Amino acid sequence: MTVRDIKTILNADVLCCEEELEREVHSACGSDLMSDVLAFVKEQAVLLTGLINPQAVRTAEMMDMSCIVFVRGKQPTQDVIDLAQSRGIILLSTKLEMFSSCGLLFKNGLQGGRLKQ
Amino acid sequence: MSVKLNFKIDGNDFTRAGEASGEVKRVLKELGLSSDVIRNVSISLYEGEINMYLHANGGEIDVEVSPDVITMVLADKGPGIADISLAMKEGYSTANDSIRSLGFGAGMGLPNIKKYSDEMEIETELGVGTTIRLKVYVK
Repeated sequence: MTVRDIKTILNADVLCCEEELEREVHSACGSDLMSDVLAFVKEQAVLLTGLINPQAVRTAEMMDMSCIVFVRGKQPTQDVIDLAQSRGIILLSTKLEMFSSCGLLFKNGLQGGRLKQ
Repeated sequence: MSVKLNFKIDGNDFTRAGEASGEVKRVLKELGLSSDVIRNVSISLYEGEINMYLHANGGEIDVEVSPDVITMVLADKGPGIADISLAMKEGYSTANDSIRSLGFGAGMGLPNIKKYSDEMEIETELGVGTTIRLKVYVK
């Protein structure tokens, strides 16, 4: 699935890196706790979170995640958007809450990952 | 030949937590290391850096990149760890609600550092501080 597909499925707004929407993603991780995200291994993953501080972006950066979806209509501040832009991480924002967002993506074929052993 | 990096971490501004790890990641990419090695270093260092902010009001990070191994030393003058074996258990955390509101305190920090590094040593003394030494092998 591409990030553009995710945008469509979640009826999401694009906050930055709109020119990168054709990027492929193969898996997803949904959490508001970043250490849980850091325990997750999968290439080309998307992060769904309600956390909108810079550490959501930095966590995605460390994990080589190409896209973050902010759920529950949360909007990060401009400095967070600028940080993501500088790291080439696409930011989306959807009004759907976490459970529905994950459920819709799963139903459309996106898989979860596994924890690092 | 080796590359040495040093970071003084000012623990007062949490929005900057992860800057040092991000900088190390960029240097490792420039040096052309494999994505697995870069990820192992980045994540273990990031968790350690976050801990410095959350628990120790900052500290100092030294990283040395050699052809065979990347060595990281994270030293702080925080409260120390009362029970290391408990702190190494997944899910155990001393974090309060304000730390959780920042997206951390899942009790996965030290376990994640252990998982992503090849060697991990912790020296800690209550009221004095904690030093964590990490190695990630290049080959």
